[in-house]
Amino acid sequence: MRRNKNLISLIACLMILIMALSACTASATSESTAPAPQETEGQADATEAPASEPSAEEPVTITYCNFNASGGNEETLQKMYEAFHEEYPNITVEIETIGFDDYFTQMQTRVAGGTAPDCYELNIENFAAYASRGVLAEITGVELSGIDETALNAFNVDGKQYGLPGNFSNVVLFYNKDLFDQAGIDYPTADWTQEDVQAAAEAIRALGEDIYGYYQPITYNEFYKVAAQYGGSLLNEDRTAFTINSPENLEAAQMMVDRVLVSNVQPTDVQMGGMGDWDLFMSGRLGMMPTGIWAFNTFAEGCDFEWDVVVEPGADQKATAFFSNACVINAESEHKEAAATWITWLTSSEAAAALRIEAGWDLPAVNDEEVLAPYLNITPPQNRQAVFDSLDYLILPPVIEDYSMMSDIIGQKLSAAASGSMTVQEALDEAQSECEAQIPLS
Amino acid sequence: MASKTKRLKFRRSQEGLLHAFPFLLPSLLGLLVFSALPLIISAFISLTDWNGLDQLLEPGMFEEHFVGLDNYRNIFASKEFWQVLKNTCYYIVLYIPLMLITSLAVAQLLAKKRRGVTVFRVIYYIPVLTSWVAASLIWKSVLSPEYGALNNLLALFGIEGPGWLLDETWAMPAIVLVSVWKDMGFFGLILLSGMVSINPSYYEAASLDGAGAWSKFFRITLPLMSPVIFYVLIVSLINAFQLFPQIMIMTDGGPNGATQVMVERIYKYGFRYYRMGYAAAFSWILFVIIMICTFIQMKCQKRWVNYDS
Repeated sequence: MRRNKNLISLIACLMILIMALSACTASATSESTAPAPQETEGQADATEAPASEPSAEEPVTITYCNFNASGGNEETLQKMYEAFHEEYPNITVEIETIGFDDYFTQMQTRVAGGTAPDCYELNIENFAAYASRGVLAEITGVELSGIDETALNAFNVDGKQYGLPGNFSNVVLFYNKDLFDQAGIDYPTADWTQEDVQAAAEAIRALGEDIYGYYQPITYNEFYKVAAQYGGSLLNEDRTAFTINSPENLEAAQMMVDRVLVSNVQPTDVQMGGMGDWDLFMSGRLGMMPTGIWAFNTFAEGCDFEWDVVVEPGADQKATAFFSNACVINAESEHKEAAATWITWLTSSEAAAALRIEAGWDLPAVNDEEVLAPYLNITPPQNRQAVFDSLDYLILPPVIEDYSMMSDIIGQKLSAAASGSMTVQEALDEAQSECEAQIPLS
Repeated sequence: MASKTKRLKFRRSQEGLLHAFPFLLPSLLGLLVFSALPLIISAFISLTDWNGLDQLLEPGMFEEHFVGLDNYRNIFASKEFWQVLKNTCYYIVLYIPLMLITSLAVAQLLAKKRRGVTVFRVIYYIPVLTSWVAASLIWKSVLSPEYGALNNLLALFGIEGPGWLLDETWAMPAIVLVSVWKDMGFFGLILLSGMVSINPSYYEAASLDGAGAWSKFFRITLPLMSPVIFYVLIVSLINAFQLFPQIMIMTDGGPNGATQVMVERIYKYGFRYYRMGYAAAFSWILFVIIMICTFIQMKCQKRWVNYDS
């Protein structure tokens, strides 16, 4: 009896605690979801008004979270903000830079807890997940004509713009000129196909036991690009079915794997022995590798041989990869207009673009060639123009809700094929059936 | 009569509880808010298809996302779950015996009163204090096939080492190896405390009867240590089911899923694939499995654990 009473009081205590806790949070959310009436009106006006006109009304403070500035570019971002604040003195932006490793766990918690910043940055995998789950606001009422169209399209879901390309990188073919000279063969050109690459890679591989011709990691990111070069894709056109084990994809994956297991112009994981691919290139033992233009600074410092870049080789057609992070607006934000003004300025203004280039951070996704001109004057590499030439062949990763799961499954099967523990056909078949079983499309 | 004394005892202990309560409150509150409450909430989440992004406390949230026992049904129906369970059990079957033998050996070595034994006790405990992240990164390079220390060492004896973490067959044994290395100091120390608390007169008596070192170990040390060994088995089994950091850093579930284990899947589903409801159901299944295993261990202890030392 006594004992029962105790139990009851304990449960009562628990209930009170739970109620108290949920009450706190509930009131906090209701505050944020129901903004003061005047503000709602202001917001409605704002979406119609052109954003180039800074709203001279009350000053607003918005919050902006990002990971891309961490590790070296916090100051550049701060400088950008100062320039922005001069132009729009009524908008104060509180910038929070979080390291990549913690960023997405933090963002998820904040979004679910209703305390997400007004605007923030997402990488492409997470952009897909967030956009399809309705936590992002459509970006409207701002002038987007200065932004590169392909990059902009990457963040357009069903005709709605949910993100702006904050930065922008692509992949070009890097090559070691010294090794090409030693092998006595011509440097790669923009017209090269995978067959030309194979021939050159074999010539360079013949130079020595531990000298390799080519390195293209057998990963999801490389695969969907090479597949596109052979005319393949991961999804059918209206994105209602997976086409991972199509004949075109098989040809592409087989070619990639054969370079490792058959001709061995590309080292196996074991031959790499845990060494990074950039390190292999910088050690002077690798002829060619397609990799991101963010390697420029590292290679300029780390290579004691001549190197240059060229547009990636193609097969039946050219296809080059594209990476971009999206600046997005929180659907729950009370200051969507100010947030849109800030991220538009950040991604497309000349001032921000110039600062980005000056700092050697990465490429702004703007289409004004004059703004981009200073970028071309930095050497090495000599052929920086290849970065822009590659833009003509950009293909976008297929943005679906379960992007991470799809890329994990495909990546896992590809690496099994690359290690020889299953055939390429088996790998793609298994990837196809696992994706079909786990991921609902449409 | 018996029940009366029992009640008396109970009342007395209750008075103590009343006095103790204010002092217990801070940690009790922490336990309620950070353990009990999430436990309850996760049970509800496991019945939903919550994606981990929608606001959890919005009204109508639960009704809208309620899917009943679908998550549990889907988990049991998926090939992946059984494969992951198999991987986890494979780890446990390799890890527990190896860990027990090595930590018993460590305890036995460190129990002897020799000069400098304290230094060795510290040395064996260092891996326990090392963070899993640091230890995993070091081991990753030690286990690297061509340039790693381990394979070079094996090469001295003419053995060609496998690809370890890159090899589907050897990845899990490699994880076991590293885990045993990390944990043997901790469990060794616990076993040591059991070992040194054995009354030395037993050994003296055995010596007089002409018992050798081995029979002393098996006839005296082991039986008298059984409560400590039992504790070590329970704790290590629970830990083994929750295997996670070393996997995330050394293999990330690879190669080809050979080291995908329960908690790794829970983490990926919850925080990478945004299927929080599925992840919550997965973790409740893990909880029940651990509970059943612990219960079985508790039941079986009567057969071999000896409490009259």
